[in-house]
Amino acid sequence: MPSSSSSGATAPFADPASSALSEAAALPVQQAAVWEPFLPWMVVLLPLLGFVANGLLALVSATRSAAAVRAGGTEDSLSLDGGRPRTHRWPTYIGPGVMIAAFLLAIVNFAGMLGADLHEPVVAGPYWTWLATSSLRIDVALHLDQLSMIMMLVVTGVGSLIHVFSVGYMRDDPGYPRYFAYLNLFVFFMLVLVLGAGYPLMFVGWEGVGLCSYLLIGYWFADREKADAGKKAFIVNRIGDFGFLLAMFLLFDNIGALDFVSVFEGAEAAFSDNRALVTTATLLFMLGAAGKSAQVPLHVWLPDAMAGPTPVSALIHAATMVTAGVYVIARSSALFALAPASQAVVAGIGALTALLAATIALRQYDIKKVLAYSTVSQLGFMFLAAGVGAYTAAVFHLVTHAFFKALLFLGAGAVIHSLHHAFHETGSKADAQDMRNMGGLRAKMPVTWAVMGIATLAIAGVWPLAGFFSKDEIIWYAGAWAGAPGNANGSWYVVFWVVALATALLTAFYMTRLMVMTFHGRSRLGDAEQRHVHDSPWVMRAPLIVLAVLSVAGGLLNVPESLRVLVFGAAPFEWLHHWLEPVTHAAAEIQVAGMGEAAHQSPVGGGELTWALISTVAALAVVGGAFAVLRKRLYRTAAEDADPRTGLALALERKWYFDEAYDRAVVRPVLALSRWCWKIVDGIVIDGFVNLAAALARLAGWTTSLFHTGQVNTYAFVLALGVLAVLGAVYLP
Amino acid sequence: MLTYALPLSAALFAIGTLGVVVRRNAIVMFLCIELQLNAVNLAFVALSRQVGIEGQLFVFFVMTVAAAEAAVGLAIIIAVFRHQRTVQVDRFNLLRW
Repeated sequence: MPSSSSSGATAPFADPASSALSEAAALPVQQAAVWEPFLPWMVVLLPLLGFVANGLLALVSATRSAAAVRAGGTEDSLSLDGGRPRTHRWPTYIGPGVMIAAFLLAIVNFAGMLGADLHEPVVAGPYWTWLATSSLRIDVALHLDQLSMIMMLVVTGVGSLIHVFSVGYMRDDPGYPRYFAYLNLFVFFMLVLVLGAGYPLMFVGWEGVGLCSYLLIGYWFADREKADAGKKAFIVNRIGDFGFLLAMFLLFDNIGALDFVSVFEGAEAAFSDNRALVTTATLLFMLGAAGKSAQVPLHVWLPDAMAGPTPVSALIHAATMVTAGVYVIARSSALFALAPASQAVVAGIGALTALLAATIALRQYDIKKVLAYSTVSQLGFMFLAAGVGAYTAAVFHLVTHAFFKALLFLGAGAVIHSLHHAFHETGSKADAQDMRNMGGLRAKMPVTWAVMGIATLAIAGVWPLAGFFSKDEIIWYAGAWAGAPGNANGSWYVVFWVVALATALLTAFYMTRLMVMTFHGRSRLGDAEQRHVHDSPWVMRAPLIVLAVLSVAGGLLNVPESLRVLVFGAAPFEWLHHWLEPVTHAAAEIQVAGMGEAAHQSPVGGGELTWALISTVAALAVVGGAFAVLRKRLYRTAAEDADPRTGLALALERKWYFDEAYDRAVVRPVLALSRWCWKIVDGIVIDGFVNLAAALARLAGWTTSLFHTGQVNTYAFVLALGVLAVLGAVYLP
Repeated sequence: MLTYALPLSAALFAIGTLGVVVRRNAIVMFLCIELQLNAVNLAFVALSRQVGIEGQLFVFFVMTVAAAEAAVGLAIIIAVFRHQRTVQVDRFNLLRW
C-alpha cells in the first residue's frame, strides 16, 4: 500500500519496521527530495508534552485541594493572591511556552515550503504502523502540503495568542493548571486532525478535539447547566462522527486505502462507474462536517458551548475546531468534485445556516451568544464557498475568520472579565454576559473598544479589512458559478448568492448592535460597578492588538486581480489561491470539466469589483445606519426588561425553536423510551424474572424445611417408614 | 429352631424401633437401640447354623460397635445433660434450621 510519497521521491519506501525504531532517524530517509520538513512531529508533540506537564501539576493541585477540603477548608482555600503555589505558577510558562515553540517550528517549516515550490504533498514518516491487516495498513504519518501548512499556522499562531490571553483571563481560577492541560491537549489533537496523513488519523484528532471541547465546555462542571452543555456538544457531535466513520468505510471498501495520497489518486477510477457511491460517501462526510462545524440542523450545540471559559470559545468554538468541517471538505475536494449533488447540498446547508444563524443573532442578549451565532453564520459562509467549489475562498475565510472572530471573543472575554470582577466586588448578582447590563463601556475600556470595533468592521466586510476580501470572494464565486454553462443547479446558486448577500448585511447589523449595546449609549451599570470597570492587563491586551493587526491585514493574503486596485497593487496577486493550487487543482479541473468556466459577472450583471464596492458601501451603510439608530435607543437592564415578546421577535429570541423542536422530537421521546425501559423492561420484566426465581427457591426451601422438626423421634420414624417402604417395594409383589 | 428364633428377633426389633420412635428420654431411646442391635445379633446367630460361621463372626462386630456406641452415646448424653439439665430429646432442637 503506498503510504508515503514525496515530491519526486527517488528514495524507496522506508521499511516500516526499521522506521518504527526511531522517529527521528526515519525522517532523513524519507525526504530525499526538494524539501525536508524540519521536525514536523515536534510541532505535534510539543502541545502533548505541555498537556502532560500541566496535567501532572493539575493532579498535584487537585490532591492538595482535596486534602484541604478534608481538613475542613474549601477548595479555594489554597490562596491564589498571596504566594501562588507552584502548581499555579508553572502553567503560565508551560502552556503558552509550548505553543509559541510549536508556532516557531511551524514558521520554520512554512518558510521551507515557501522556498520549495512544492507540487505534491510531502508525507513525513511513517513513524510507526498503527494497524496492519491483510488488506489495510494504517501508518502514523504527517501529511504536509500547502493546506495543512496554513491550518498548522492558524492553529499554533492563533492558539499561542489565546494561550497568552488565558494567562490573564484564568489567573484567579482554582483550576488554572487543569485549564492549561486541557487547552494544550486540544491543540495536540487539532494538530493531529490537520496534519494526519489519512482519514483514520484525522478521525483520531477529530474525536480528540471533541473530547477536549467537552472537557472545556464543562470546565466549571460544578454548575449543572455547564456540565449539561458539554454533554450536549458531545452527543450532537456523535451524530456527525457516525457519518464520518461510514464515509471512511465506504472509501476503504471502494478504494482499498485510507491515506490521502492513495485515496485521491484512486478516487476517480474507483468511482467512475458509480457516482451514487461517491455522492453517498461525500454526503456522509458532510454529515460529519456539519456536526463538527455546527451547520443546520446540528448547530444547536455551539451556542450552548459558550458555557466554557471565553478563551476556549475563542480558540475551539470560533477559530479552530469548528472549522475542522471546512477543512475536511477542502481536504476531500477531489471527492466532492466528483459529486456535484453533494456539493450543492454543502452549499445549500451552508447558505441556510448562514442566514438562519444571522437572523437569530439579531435578537440575542448574551454577548457570547451573539458571537456564537455569528460564528455559526460565518461557518455557513465557508460551507457555501466549499460547496460552490471555491475551496480557496473557504480556507481564506477560515483564516480571516480565525483572526477577527478570535479577536471578538477575546474582546468579549475582556469585557466579561472586567464586569464579572466589578459585579463580584459590589456583590451584584447581575449577569456579566448580558449586553443589557452593559452600555457606555467605551470610555472605561478604550483599547477593547478599539480592537472590537476593528473586528466588527472586518466581519461586516468593510474595505479594506480582512473580512471584506474573504467574504466578497465567497459571494462572488457563488454568483459566478451560477452562470457556469454546465451547472445543472445554476438557479440554486443564484439563490445562494442572494442569501449570502443578505446575510452579509445582517452580519453588519447584528455586529453593530453588539458594539452599540456594549460600548455606546447610556451605561446601565451602577455607580459602584463603574469604578471597577477598566481595560485588561497587558497580558490580555497584547493578544488583542496582535489579532487586530491581523484582522486588518489578513485580507492581503488573497486579493484577486480585479480588486488589486483597491489595495493599490500592494498585495501579491491571489497569493493564497496560488499557494493552495497544488491541493485544489484536481477538484478545480473536474469542476471545470463538468460545468465549464465560471461566469465573469454576477447573475444580474456586474463584475467582481462592482459587487465588491456595492457590498462594502451597503455594509458601511448598515453599520452607520444601525449605529445612528441604536445608539439613541434606551435599553433596559436585564432585570428591568420584562416586556413580553411577540411574533418574529419571539421566534428569533427563541432561536427559531430549534431546541424546542429537538426537545419534542428527540429528547422527550428518548427520555420516555428510557423511562419505559427503566420502569417496565428493567423494573418489571427483568427484575420480575430475577425476583420470581428467588421467590420460587425460597418457597421450595420453606416447604422442605417443614420436614425438619428438630425432633430425633420424628426422624427415626420417617427413617423406619422409609425402610419399610423400600423393603415393601422390593419384596411385595 | 429358626421358626422360634426369627419371630422372636423380629419382635424384639419391632419393640426397639417403636421405643426409639415414641420415647423422648434419651437413655430409654438408647436402650431401645441396644435392643434392636441385639435382635439383629439373635437373627445372625440363629441363621449361622445354616448359612455358616460368618453369622457368628458378625455378632462380634456388632457387639464391638455397640460397645463403642454406648461409650460415645453416653458421653454425648452427659454432655447435653450438663447444659440442659434434662435428657428429654424433644428439648434438643437448638440446631433446627
